[in-house]
Amino acid sequence: MERKIRVLVAKPGLDGHDRGAKVVARALRDAGMEVIYTGLHQTPEIIVETAVQEDVDVIGLSILSGAHMTLFKDIMNLLKERGMEDVLVVAGGIIPEDDIPRLKEIGIAEVFGPGTPTDTIVEFIEKNVKLRE
Amino acid sequence: MTEKLVAQVLDGNPRAIARMITLVENHSKEASALMKEIHNYTGSAHVIGVTGVMGSGKSTLIAELTRYYRREDKKVGIIAIDPTSPFSGGALLGDRVRMTELTLDPGVFIRSMGTRGMLGGLAGAVYDVIEILDASGKDIILVETVGVGQAEVDIIKIADTTLVVIVPGLGDAVQTLKAGVMEIADIYVINKADHPGAGQTVAEVQSLVELSSRDRKIPIVETIAKTGEGIPRLVEEITLHQCYLRESDKLVEKRKIRYEAELVEIIRNKLLDMIYDENVVRHRVDTVVDRILSKETDPYTAAEEILGSILK
Repeated sequence: MERKIRVLVAKPGLDGHDRGAKVVARALRDAGMEVIYTGLHQTPEIIVETAVQEDVDVIGLSILSGAHMTLFKDIMNLLKERGMEDVLVVAGGIIPEDDIPRLKEIGIAEVFGPGTPTDTIVEFIEKNVKLRE
Repeated sequence: MTEKLVAQVLDGNPRAIARMITLVENHSKEASALMKEIHNYTGSAHVIGVTGVMGSGKSTLIAELTRYYRREDKKVGIIAIDPTSPFSGGALLGDRVRMTELTLDPGVFIRSMGTRGMLGGLAGAVYDVIEILDASGKDIILVETVGVGQAEVDIIKIADTTLVVIVPGLGDAVQTLKAGVMEIADIYVINKADHPGAGQTVAEVQSLVELSSRDRKIPIVETIAKTGEGIPRLVEEITLHQCYLRESDKLVEKRKIRYEAELVEIIRNKLLDMIYDENVVRHRVDTVVDRILSKETDPYTAAEEILGSILK
């Protein structure tokens, strides 16, 4: 039986713009992945607990509020606490170039800015995901 | 590794439960051994199936029921099924949107599943997932089917109590639903009971119930899931149904049906695994389809040929 890549697409924080997240969720679905979509205004705790229960291989974080440094750091720390550091975490939204190196330092595998073709995201995930049994 | 994982599942550890579900969903090598280990620890959870058309409020209703059960300190497992795309094999699983606040409650475990090719409104591994949640100590397991049309009735093979959720405004649709989905309810839930036409819908379902020849009169509960109205009465009716099952032999009967369906599913899967080498068959099917198209052969002859060569 083939393994399906399971992805959590989550929107941490307070901004109410989920168009991008929905477009990406749909593109991943069309690429044959199982996408768990949880809606707006998720706290880091909720995102990580959802990732645990759904046993996802990938987390996609979409954020446009500017609070990415704080929220992403919390999420990465919580993932480590729960023994989920093998999950591939990618991000998208409005994230200044200057912040990207620091995000990669804390473990965000890639940041996809506005205008990224969805194929690029699909390819990146397929290439870098560590499928758990 | 098996022993440790099983021990953790029995202990209710969410990470272990989630891992084990993935293993059975993917038909991993370890899955059978794990399932064998936990069978003796199952059977105490009450399984509630929730079915109905899309947009009828199944997820919201499940969230409200869960909140109620949590106040009674019961542990709850939720299986939320959404359709897998027949084109890409992918799925968008969005039922958790309505259940966000339940996520951090350690007494609740929610898992989203794609149907992965299974028909009938369920997901292939749903029997196993019910057993896993049961063994992990959940008192109540809520199974949300995909949004159904008329004929997706497999939920009765797994649920002790089946709720059919109906909303006003479908008008004559209730009539057309008479066979199939409308036949499987242990309790009818008229959700969005504050919407126009609710009275009419209740009356239509009422007349269905009165026409029914079943020995137990099926209750009708009006709810407004968004505000929680009607939930206490719904829980009461579920409990009454549970008592009815226990006092008659019906619960044993229901469990037998579930194991029978599960057994057939396991045999089917094992058989397929034995004879169905995806790459080999796929390749043959591709070439044979061209021959069927050009009338060189027909589907029956082709199927017999392929099976013959595999089984010899």
